[in-house]
Amino acid sequence: MTRRTARTRVAVNAGRAAGLASRLTGRGQGATISGRVMNLISPNLLAELAADQRVVLVSATNGKTTTTRLLTAALEAAGRPGEAPAIVSNSTGANLTSGIAPTLASSRGPGIAVLEVDERVLPRVVDPLAPELLVLGNLSRDQLDRFGEVHAVGDQWRAVAEAHPDLAIVANASDPHIVWAAAPAKVTWVALGLRWRQDAATCPSCGALLDWSADRFDCRSCGFAQPDAPHHLTDDALVIDGRDVPLDLALPGEWNRYNAALAIVAATTHFGIDPDAAATAMADVRSVAGRFMRIPLGDGREATVILAKNPAGWTEALRHVAAHADTGVVIAVNAHVADGKDPSWLWDVPYEALAGHPTAAAGERRLDVAVRLRYAGVEHTIESDPLVAARALDSADVSIIASYTQFSALYRKHR
Amino acid sequence: MSARTSAVRIGLVYPELLGTYGDRGNAVVLVERCRWRGIPAELVEVRADEAIPGSLDIYLFGGGEDDPQLMAADGMRASRDAIVRAHAGGAAVLAVCAGFQLVGHRYEAADGAVLDGIGLIDMVTRPGPDRLIGEVVVEPSASGHWGAAGPPPRLTGFENHGGRTTLGPGVEPLGRVVAGGGNGDGAGGDGALAERFVGTYLHGPVLPRNPALADRLLAWVVAPTGGRLPELPSPLEERLRMERLAVGSASRLRQWVQTRHLARG
Repeated sequence: MTRRTARTRVAVNAGRAAGLASRLTGRGQGATISGRVMNLISPNLLAELAADQRVVLVSATNGKTTTTRLLTAALEAAGRPGEAPAIVSNSTGANLTSGIAPTLASSRGPGIAVLEVDERVLPRVVDPLAPELLVLGNLSRDQLDRFGEVHAVGDQWRAVAEAHPDLAIVANASDPHIVWAAAPAKVTWVALGLRWRQDAATCPSCGALLDWSADRFDCRSCGFAQPDAPHHLTDDALVIDGRDVPLDLALPGEWNRYNAALAIVAATTHFGIDPDAAATAMADVRSVAGRFMRIPLGDGREATVILAKNPAGWTEALRHVAAHADTGVVIAVNAHVADGKDPSWLWDVPYEALAGHPTAAAGERRLDVAVRLRYAGVEHTIESDPLVAARALDSADVSIIASYTQFSALYRKHR
Repeated sequence: MSARTSAVRIGLVYPELLGTYGDRGNAVVLVERCRWRGIPAELVEVRADEAIPGSLDIYLFGGGEDDPQLMAADGMRASRDAIVRAHAGGAAVLAVCAGFQLVGHRYEAADGAVLDGIGLIDMVTRPGPDRLIGEVVVEPSASGHWGAAGPPPRLTGFENHGGRTTLGPGVEPLGRVVAGGGNGDGAGGDGALAERFVGTYLHGPVLPRNPALADRLLAWVVAPTGGRLPELPSPLEERLRMERLAVGSASRLRQWVQTRHLARG
């Protein structure tokens, strides 16, 4: 704390005041505005705030908020009261520099900062934050109208790894973009498998077509290939150095097993936490910043809210709900800046899997969803409000799969 | 309309490379709109390491990122003769964005790389100063190429591209850009229209949003002697089209106000 300059102290206090004002006036949770004010007043803010923290940065297209939460749970459980280092984390999913600064400012002394970072922001914050560990999950297509192409993000990450060859990284060995990005640094690989391969057809290194025939990637042209990983995920457990660690998570879905596996490998290999203890600490996490929260429908049923931001995320979410036969499904889609303004990805998601489920198209882009469902052969109702749509579905259970702004509207109202 | 004995073969070319913007949707719409009419149809996916067969009825070339577009160009050039022969023999082509750029003579990428296309259409594409991103509205050209049904009603789509396409003399655009960028070369058009050929920058994908355009493509191969397809009511698709046209026109008004404001400022 002593290393913070007067300017930074002013910045932090002004930022907190702005955040408080935002909360009091009901405009938001205050993290982002608070950080904007802080960054404006003190440009060296991040470096100063991070100076007494052991910083871990978590990034991915999908799962970064949940992975951050699970890793934090493992670290918190590992320390004994009184001995444990203080842990701060941006648990609301505010993952731009403006969200990171208030999180760091909330630390009360030396400790660990577990920070979720937006994929595009990561290259800019590694130098000021001087992290001791990066945790990198996956990269796939997301909001093309805004962020551009997957390969470009992978290249930017790789430049970070090349500039910091001694940086420790825990990374998914099954995602070619992640392997390309992380390889120049000191990597601990964990093979999580890659279900969504539509954005991983070509080699990030040379551009040739990747061979996936052995269920792992291999470039016949330049030799770029999936690295052997000391840790991997099976249907039953996470295998760490040959030892089975069962994953009994309260969080639903296959994708949360990936997130947990990544977090456990980070907790185990970097912080020396026993993997079973880490898994146990994660088991009871039920909802992460609104993801998987349950909203009462007023008729004895509850709707489970699932956030899906891109085709890879939607595909995983659909697999999950389609496996539960008597679940009704509301597909709630907007196309604001935070959702991506181009919902053409609807046609890459296999909505055909919903045939037989009571289904509704909701959100501002419900007509795009409805046309997609028509061509998928899925009967559906059309209703703008996802909760009204959910109540009208004749099913024992309801899941609302929502794009980002649909999700955050539900979260703000029902948290 | 003469009865077809074989299924309409709808070819989705290189979905791994040219499928960035939901391009599969165009194929799904064509297949289903055949089946709903009782016309047998078959979706044929051409994988990126396969030759493009000359036996397809409709060829769909979709949008893609830079590296995949480079690979797709190699494959399309290798199968050029098959594509050109099939097209001359009665097949239809829908080429969107990156796929549209590759049916021309040449595509210059932003990094200076020059890709040769297959030269099916007389056109070239050069890099522009910025990306054109947003809703587009296009008024289709009143052209004889549409056949008995005439031009489809106003088209809606979403564009996201950096290239600027210039059509050769005598090549018609798909239509006039009412809102958005389109070919972006200053001529005011989007895409290209030729015999049994539609090229465009419109994603969305374009056919789910514009069912009449899908039906023109189908009519070209199902009823080549000028007959019409059986009517297929599409009220849901039409609601979507009208909604997007309204949004696109509103964005045009916004653009106009901004331009005026900038010009005065």
